[in-house]
Amino acid sequence: MAGVAAMVPVRLVRFDGVQRAAHWATATLFAVVVLTAVPLTFGAVERVVGRHVLLAAVHLWAGVALPLPFLVALAGPWGRHLRRDVRRFNRWTDDELRWLWSLGRRGRAPDKFNPGQKLNAVFVGGAIAVLLGTGVVMRWFGLFPVDWRTGATFVHQVLAWAMVVVVAGHVVMALTHPTAMRSMLLGWVPGPWARRHAPAWADEEPALPAGATAGRTGMPPRRSGPTPRRSPTAASLPRRRARPPR
Amino acid sequence: MATAPVPDPARTVNVGRRVFLGMVGLGALGVAFGAAVQGKVGQALGSGVGSLLPGGDQFTIYSVSGSFPTVAPHAYRLHVTGLVDRPLTLTLADLQALPATRLVRTFQCVTGWRVPGVHWEGARLRDVLDAAGVQPAGRALLFESFDRVDTESLTLAQARLDDVLVAYRMLDAPLTVEHGGPVRLYVAPMFGYKSLKWLSAIRVVETVVPGYWEENGYPVNGWLDGSTAPTVPPGS
Repeated sequence: MAGVAAMVPVRLVRFDGVQRAAHWATATLFAVVVLTAVPLTFGAVERVVGRHVLLAAVHLWAGVALPLPFLVALAGPWGRHLRRDVRRFNRWTDDELRWLWSLGRRGRAPDKFNPGQKLNAVFVGGAIAVLLGTGVVMRWFGLFPVDWRTGATFVHQVLAWAMVVVVAGHVVMALTHPTAMRSMLLGWVPGPWARRHAPAWADEEPALPAGATAGRTGMPPRRSGPTPRRSPTAASLPRRRARPPR
Repeated sequence: MATAPVPDPARTVNVGRRVFLGMVGLGALGVAFGAAVQGKVGQALGSGVGSLLPGGDQFTIYSVSGSFPTVAPHAYRLHVTGLVDRPLTLTLADLQALPATRLVRTFQCVTGWRVPGVHWEGARLRDVLDAAGVQPAGRALLFESFDRVDTESLTLAQARLDDVLVAYRMLDAPLTVEHGGPVRLYVAPMFGYKSLKWLSAIRVVETVVPGYWEENGYPVNGWLDGSTAPTVPPGS
């Protein structure tokens, strides 16, 4: 059966529309937060850019909004796919822990995300929570003792640097792994790719018919339903399908 | 019956939750004790190394106008006007001719960042005011900056404190333009925003006019001990 399935050029939905929208909204807000942080941190840039109060306000409100796309995507009936992935981020097998400690040399990581990816997701989530909390102390400083404000500034700056390093690594990994990056743009990965990189997930995830797009819900259209609408984006892609699966 | 634990492939650990809660916990500890730790680390490493650490011992430079006003020291003039007997126009040399006061204090921003052990030198604001002769109706001061945006205020009683300076040296060197040179205000007992940079004019007025940062939500009276009343807190 597996051999037959491998011959069929199927696609698996890695990220549905809700997840992609949440990801890119978060990425956009993160870019705003980082860009406004540059002059607020570096006097030499502030000297050229100025407008301190405006930049601080944009930084503040983009930062307050930063967790919202994820939380909105998570909360509603549309968040089933994302909630399942968050459970994957949370639950690790002993094998995955071994994989992480050996940096991939030992242990098996057949899940949808490897332990490095899971750790990245959890770190970004935790960092956003802490940056938001410390940012609130810095902005609404009147409610907190001065030592707390100093501690919050310290934590905010150290963690912001860590976050920039981690996100830069995330971007480098994306740019050097085009199939994975495409799944955050278009939603799907080829079946063979999934079987190679995430066999356990490839076995459980229902496949999309070849040529179908990863729709808003990310669920494969039912055969009995209306014919799936082919978007021009999907139509422009199938050149890749010509490559035989290895 | 003791047997070696058999690895169970189905066993899962909530690693994600632990990492997330661990980060939140560390963040909270950092807020509560970060100031103390930062101070110890800064002492241990010396301020030279400490200032290289992110979040450690460094000034955050603010520019509200979009450029730093550059005024050559020889062209610098400080105007003292308003409710005074003798309106003055002081040069840098005039200020340096007044008795100099040296202070070493921690520079503390209201939002949290601080720089310990900053050297300041300047004339007492009190001496400048006495040279101009404040009239009885004058109860407050309005400070203006060469950046044409920032303003500040003090009551006359606050302005007459020993550690309120018209500063022309900082960090053992002439004031640099990024720190507000050639001359800035230094109000040692208050948060940093009260120490207006690029001081261009002192106007003696009848009542306090809230300055730029006060209009943006900061307390008019920003005492370092957290009090916001106009009266000078005990011990200052």
